[in-house]
Amino acid sequence: MTTTTLAGFDPAPLQRQARWKRAEYAFWLLPVAAYFAFGDQLALLSQIAITALFALSLDLILGYAGIVSLGHAAFFGIGAYTAGLMATHGWNQPLAGLAGAAVIAALAGFVTSFLVLRGSDLTRLMVTLGVALMLFEMANKLTHITGGVDGLQGIEMKPILGMFAFDLYGKTAYIYAMLVLFGLFWVARRIVHSPFGHSLRGIHLNMARMPALGTPVNARLIGVYTVAAAYAGVAGALLTQTTQFVSIDVLSFPRSAELLLILVLGGTGSLYGALIGTIVFMTAHHLLSDINPQYWQFWLGALLVVVVLFARDGVMGGLRALARRLPGAAK
Amino acid sequence: MSYALETRNLVKRFGGFVATNDVTLKVEAGARHALIGPNGAGKTTLINLLTGFLEPSSGTVLLKGEDVTRLPQHQRVKRGLARTFQINRLFAKMTVLESVTLAVCERRGLGARWWNPVGSHVEAIDEAAQLLAQLRLLDVAHHETRSLAYGKQRLIEIALALAAKPSMLLLDEPAAGVPTGESRELFETIAQLPRDVTILLIEHDMDLVFRFADRISVLVNGGLVVEDTPEAIAKDKRVKEVYLGEALDG
Repeated sequence: MTTTTLAGFDPAPLQRQARWKRAEYAFWLLPVAAYFAFGDQLALLSQIAITALFALSLDLILGYAGIVSLGHAAFFGIGAYTAGLMATHGWNQPLAGLAGAAVIAALAGFVTSFLVLRGSDLTRLMVTLGVALMLFEMANKLTHITGGVDGLQGIEMKPILGMFAFDLYGKTAYIYAMLVLFGLFWVARRIVHSPFGHSLRGIHLNMARMPALGTPVNARLIGVYTVAAAYAGVAGALLTQTTQFVSIDVLSFPRSAELLLILVLGGTGSLYGALIGTIVFMTAHHLLSDINPQYWQFWLGALLVVVVLFARDGVMGGLRALARRLPGAAK
Repeated sequence: MSYALETRNLVKRFGGFVATNDVTLKVEAGARHALIGPNGAGKTTLINLLTGFLEPSSGTVLLKGEDVTRLPQHQRVKRGLARTFQINRLFAKMTVLESVTLAVCERRGLGARWWNPVGSHVEAIDEAAQLLAQLRLLDVAHHETRSLAYGKQRLIEIALALAAKPSMLLLDEPAAGVPTGESRELFETIAQLPRDVTILLIEHDMDLVFRFADRISVLVNGGLVVEDTPEAIAKDKRVKEVYLGEALDG
């Protein structure tokens, strides 16, 4: 089923895009290697997996559909509180928590997408920022539900599928977070290579052309915004379940801003940029704050400026440029 | 009789400025209809009203007899109305095949499918390749759009419109910016389109218009002045005045 009826025409270059490359298989061996190499850092590695999922979510709307958001923590926070509140009310099956968080965050994404559809990039930026700020203050105010600034406590999770209990060393938590990340990455990868994902790229590249092709642009944007919100919600839920605590920080502005920084650092519109950006950012954060706990953001800022100025499309863009120069090393 | 495309008393005002003034235009099915007029006559505004990019201040637009005045652009496309743009609106970072496959997928109603890769929709790719062959673009199918010469890019404009399998095609200065030699070739390609596609052409080059069209409407200051066969238009005093006037002004 890979040939067409037209003589002398080879559709293979288009069909190859969706195929898994060797470098991708190699990349996904990293989490396995990390488990054995950094067994004493599993808490940090779980954080990386969770943040990577969150960054993946932003890449879906920013990198593919071109929607800039400075308030993506809204959905992360909704997911985190949903999973937390479910657990404190007796729903402590981890997978049920993830599902609940995904549904509630998706619902919030669907509703707010109608606000985001309006206006220019700047308007969108402000709307996403505004929605996140409102949610933060709501969580701050509704202390009897959220615990306010003290956070939501008393979360206890049952073993995953009734078999794998969360342990003191964070082994289960790491494997759990990583499997969820991989599963949802795999789904996202299918989405971006599908006709739907293709049409999102079209909207990003030339919004004005798409209606002339018969594309209902708004419907597509609502769709991807809703999916991305669900992803962010699952990431938030993972944080709740693996740390057994919800801090009000999950909804904070710095979390949204940091996420945008991670994605730009890694490179937008490739999914892997989101993952690599997270690894670079979190590792740099970890190492730099060890060296200088007060001023570590100075070096992070410097890194960001260098990447944005000299490596277009972030680390991924740099890697792609490198791969082109070394033809033998590509693929 | 029913027309492929029809407007009734179409008016568009921008503040106090009347860009489209009481236009009643009838395009017969299968026609090669041209819309000419001096710069600023409101040709592109009219196209934008026909396609739904702009909403009229008053009046109606009918497509095959159906009132589509309030329908959004993409639904008019679904009803067979496609257009090209005066200034290229392409997908710079997509290959030619990717762009046209995207358009074909939309027409086939696959645009919202989110699980199987584009590459697995073989019939859509096949149809896109056929279109590229028709427009002599097959050899650059896997090239990025932005790497191609402007003349080739104009052909992609047309390929994207044809992917919608339109019954009514609006061509907004398809040869704009194309070198003379290439524009002849481009018009040969357009002339070869089957007659079940009705074409409304906006064009500045009078040579091309008179060779291509079997019906010509002249638009001046937002209003239709005259509509007739090319022979009659060539002799028409008013038309001469309009174009002579422009030549003297310019």
